[in-house]
Amino acid sequence: MAMNTNTEATGLLGWVDERFPIVDTWKAHMSEYYAPKNFNAWYYFGVLAMLVLVIQIVSGIFLTMHYKPDAALAYASVEYIMRDVPGGWFIRYMHSTGASAFFIVVYFHMFRGLMYGSYKGKRELVWLIGMALYLALMAEAFMGYLLPWGNMSYWGAQVIINLFNTIPFVGGEISEWIRGDFVISDPTLNRLFAFHVAAVPLILVALVFVHIVALHRVGSNNPDGIEIKALKNEKGVPLDGVPFHPYYTVHDIPAIVVFLMVFFAIIFFAPEMGGYFIEHANFEPANPLKTPEHIAPVWYFTPFYTVLRAVTLSPFAGTAAMFGAIILLFLLPWLDRNPIKSWRYRNTAHMLNLAIFAVVFIILGYLGVKAVTPEYKEMGIRMTEIYFLFFAVIFAHSNAAKPGRYLVWFILLAAIIFGIDFIRANPDAAVDYAQIKLQWVWPIGYLALTLLLPFVLRGCNAEKAVPERVTS
Amino acid sequence: MSDSDSNTVDVKRRRMLIAATSVVGAAGTAAFAAPLLISWKPSARALNAGAPVEMNISKIQPGQRLKAVWQGKPIWVVSRTEKMLADLPSINNLLADPDSAVETQQPAYAKNDARSRKPEILVLIGICTHLGCSPTYRPEIAPADMGADWLGGFFCPCHGSKFDLAGRVYKNVPAPTNLVVPEHYYKTDGVILIGNSGGAA
Repeated sequence: MAMNTNTEATGLLGWVDERFPIVDTWKAHMSEYYAPKNFNAWYYFGVLAMLVLVIQIVSGIFLTMHYKPDAALAYASVEYIMRDVPGGWFIRYMHSTGASAFFIVVYFHMFRGLMYGSYKGKRELVWLIGMALYLALMAEAFMGYLLPWGNMSYWGAQVIINLFNTIPFVGGEISEWIRGDFVISDPTLNRLFAFHVAAVPLILVALVFVHIVALHRVGSNNPDGIEIKALKNEKGVPLDGVPFHPYYTVHDIPAIVVFLMVFFAIIFFAPEMGGYFIEHANFEPANPLKTPEHIAPVWYFTPFYTVLRAVTLSPFAGTAAMFGAIILLFLLPWLDRNPIKSWRYRNTAHMLNLAIFAVVFIILGYLGVKAVTPEYKEMGIRMTEIYFLFFAVIFAHSNAAKPGRYLVWFILLAAIIFGIDFIRANPDAAVDYAQIKLQWVWPIGYLALTLLLPFVLRGCNAEKAVPERVTS
Repeated sequence: MSDSDSNTVDVKRRRMLIAATSVVGAAGTAAFAAPLLISWKPSARALNAGAPVEMNISKIQPGQRLKAVWQGKPIWVVSRTEKMLADLPSINNLLADPDSAVETQQPAYAKNDARSRKPEILVLIGICTHLGCSPTYRPEIAPADMGADWLGGFFCPCHGSKFDLAGRVYKNVPAPTNLVVPEHYYKTDGVILIGNSGGAA
C-alpha cells in the first residue's frame, strides 16, 4: 500500500483525508475552533436556528410528496394531508410550527447580537450575511403561506405582491409580471411553489454556510464583548477559549432537548396557537371575491405590517417605510460606532435604548394583528416613529464622551416628530386630532429617556471599563 | 514580438481580452435570462380571461349590492337610494379627491358627483386602491365601529381605508385614490357590460 503523503490519518479516514481535507476542516470548525468560554443561554439560538432549518427541509420534502401546486387542487390536497395521509397531520404541523419557531429563535438570535455588539470587530459581514438570511427567510415564509390556498393565504399574498404596485410608473407591470395574471391565481401559486421548495431553500443553505465561515474567520463574540484572540497561550490557543467540540456540542444538547420538548408540545396540544401560527381564516378555501373580515399577516411579519399601515403619506411611502425598517437593520454596524461591544459596559441610556427597541418591536407586532381603531392607528404611528428614531439614537450614543451632543440630537429629533405632527394634524378629523394630541408622549418620552437622561444625569452616561479577560 | 518568444506579458492586450470576454459572457447571461424572465408574463390563457362580462341588474333593490367577476377582480353594482345620493356632497371636506380629479380612476362619463353613468347605479371595481384587498360594504348610518359621522360607504378591513357611497376615498387613510369605476355601458336598462364603454363613450 502506498504511503499517504499529505495526511497523518490512517485507514478509511486516511484514504478520504488524502483526497478531501476532512481532518483540517473538522479541526478548523469543530475540535480546534476556540469559542469563548463565557457563552450564556443567548448563545443557544444559533444552533437552534440550524436545527429548525433541518426540521423544515426534511418535513417540507415529505409534504411535497403529497401536495398539489394547482389552484384547483391545492386546498384539497392540504386537507388530504391532514386527514388521509398516515401521519400527514404530524408532518404538516411540524412544518407550520417550524415556521413560527424559526422566527422566534431568529429574533432572539438577532437581539443577542444587539446586546453584545456582535456585529462589531470585523464582524460586519457576519451581520450582513445574517440579515440576508433573515430576508430570505421572510421570503420563504411568505411564499410557503400561499401554498395551502386558504382565504388568508390568498389575500395575504394579494397585499404583499401589491406592495410592488406602489412603485411609481412601473409598479403595475411589475406586480402583473410577478403574478403572471391580473390577480393572484394558478400561475402565481405555481411559481411561488417553485421558489418555496427549490430556489429559496438553496439560497438559505448557502447563506447559512457562508454565515458560519465568516464567523469562524473572525471568531465568536461573547457576552463581555472581549476579543479572546487578543490573549493566547504559548500554543496559540486563546486563554479564554474552549474547543467548540466537545465543549459546546455537548453543552448545546440540553438546549436542543428543551427546545424539542416545547416544539412538540405545541405540535400536539396547540398547533394553531390560537390562530397565531395558522390563522382561522385559512380554514376556508381562497375566495377572490371575499376578503376576510379581519386580515393580518402571520405574527412574525406584523411589526413591519404596522409600519406599512402607519405611513399613509402615499402607498409608495408606506412600502418604502416598511422595507426601510428592514434595510436600516443592515446598517447597524456602521450606525453604532461606539467601540465598546457589549451593553454590559455601555451607559444606562444605551441599555434603555435596546430594551425599549425590543418592547416597541413587540408592540408593533401586537398592533399588526389588531384591527385599526383610531387609538391603535395613532399608536402604530408613534411606535413606528420610535422604531426609526432608534437608529438615530444608537448613532448619537456612539461617543459618550460628549454628552452635549445628546441635547442637540434631542432637540433635532423632537423637532422632526413635532414637524410631522404639524403636517398631518387636521382639526376637521376630530377623532384623529385628539389622538395626535394625546400620544405624542411616546416618542418624546423615548427621546427623553435615551438622550435627555444621560445629558442631565452623569450616572446614566457612565461607561464601565471593559475587563481584559472574560467574566465567569 | 509575441509572448511565446519572450517572458514579457502584454498587459494591455491581456486586459483587453479579459474585458472582451467578460462583455460576451455578460451578453450571453442576459440572453439566457431573457426567455426565463419573459415566461413570467401573463400567459395567453390569462389574457383571454380578461374579456368583457355581462351583468343582469334588472332585479336590484334600492340599497342592494350585486357582485360579478371581471379579469378575476370583484365588480360591484350598488343601487343607491335618493337619500344616499343627497348625502354625498355633505362630506366633501373629509375626502381626499371629492371631485374625481384623478383621471385614471374613472372613465370621463363617470366624472361627476355620483361617479356613475346613471346617478343611482354605482359600478366599481371592488379592490382597495391601497394594496388590493376587497373592502366591505357598510351602507348603514353611524354604526358603532365606524363612528357617528359615517353616512355609509366601504371600509377596507386590511389597512383601515374608508370610501363613501360613490367610492371616494377619505383623507388620512392608506388608500391614495378613489375606487376605480371600470369601463361599462348599458346594453339595455337591466343589463350592463363591464370592460367596454360602448360606442357612446
